[in-house]
Amino acid sequence: MKSLEEIIKTAGHSLEKAGLELIDNPSPCGERSILVDPSSFLALVELMRDDDEIGIDYLSNVTGVDWPEKIVKEKVKVKEMVDGKEKEVAQTIENNVGGYLEVIYHFYSVQHKSGPWTLRMRTGDREEKVTLPSITPIFQSADFQEREVFDLYGIRFEGHPDLRRIFMWDEFEDYPMRKDYEDPDDYEYEPTPHKKVLVRTQRHYEGNDPGK
Amino acid sequence: MLDDGLKSELSKQGIVTTTFEEIYNWGRKNSIWPLGFGLACCAIEMIAVSMARYDLARFGAEVFRPSPRQADLMIVAGTVTKKMAPQVVRLYNQMPEPKYVIAMGACAISGGPFKQGYNVLKGIDRFIPVDVHIPGCPPRPEALIHAFMTLQEKIGRQKLQGENRAPHTRSDMPSEFEVPQYGAHDLTPTKNTQEWVPPVIVRS
Repeated sequence: MKSLEEIIKTAGHSLEKAGLELIDNPSPCGERSILVDPSSFLALVELMRDDDEIGIDYLSNVTGVDWPEKIVKEKVKVKEMVDGKEKEVAQTIENNVGGYLEVIYHFYSVQHKSGPWTLRMRTGDREEKVTLPSITPIFQSADFQEREVFDLYGIRFEGHPDLRRIFMWDEFEDYPMRKDYEDPDDYEYEPTPHKKVLVRTQRHYEGNDPGK
Repeated sequence: MLDDGLKSELSKQGIVTTTFEEIYNWGRKNSIWPLGFGLACCAIEMIAVSMARYDLARFGAEVFRPSPRQADLMIVAGTVTKKMAPQVVRLYNQMPEPKYVIAMGACAISGGPFKQGYNVLKGIDRFIPVDVHIPGCPPRPEALIHAFMTLQEKIGRQKLQGENRAPHTRSDMPSEFEVPQYGAHDLTPTKNTQEWVPPVIVRS
């Protein structure tokens, strides 16, 4: 079984500007994945399918992740002049890391009994640049799962034969699995409210506390 | 009008007396035909009730009808999603009077374990009137049989005349309810405000 490093190496030879990046997984399972640039994603999947040693032939799972914008605090030591002397002062710099959406594909090779091979793709942002290439023309089984990712996260798959909502109705406008999704205000009757539900119920009744 | 004492005395002598109301309700309550539809796992228990082991046929209700036009009872067995709710209300509207509803299981009565889900209706009684609620996740088949017997008692008590007569004998009572439409964020309307008023929570 080839390692992910070897795949990146092989792909780098045959794909120009492959834009591949190995992503480590600090959790106990340690399952690593390859972050792929959307432009070379289809080529990489075809390469892994046609490779004699890897030979992926089964797409097990497609899922999405929402990474909202976040502020990363970084402590930097800066030299400043204090009372005529140069001193090192610790400063906190706040970096605004832009949000993006991510699709994750899990491939297996049934013939070689290997896998999962995990590939990731990221969008430019969460609002405008949300188009990614669809894998459905290569792996038919991605059809419904990409529709599900589209339905719940709002990622548009270019080249998908039938990109419609699959769980929610067509008139629905939100993307329920996004972190900033707020569910509809139907909190009229909550007999045992606690935590988030209590907050929502209180907001529904505007200060008329039903928890007491 | 015969009083109960005289009726019982006559029956001891081999004379059966009845009223039209009594025999009409007796006939109705022993031939409740449910609508054959299930929404989730509670439907499996409903099927179990209709089969040989629990045998709903003993109550005259084994004829699950595939058409709402022939059904008397709707058993809402399972989670009602917001996508499914308009269809459930429409099926209810298509049933002829007199019609009854059993909300079976935690999901049908309140949303149950999925209550905080973005796509789960928090109880079918937000759109249609429910006669019997059964708790449980899912309820035992015996619980559904108990609900059936409760409904039979309810039908047996219904009056055909007077102030408190049964809803299906009154022209001023609604028989159909508004079918919610799919909206941009939620169903519109989110509940039937004439039919459903949130219960007042009293805490000590």
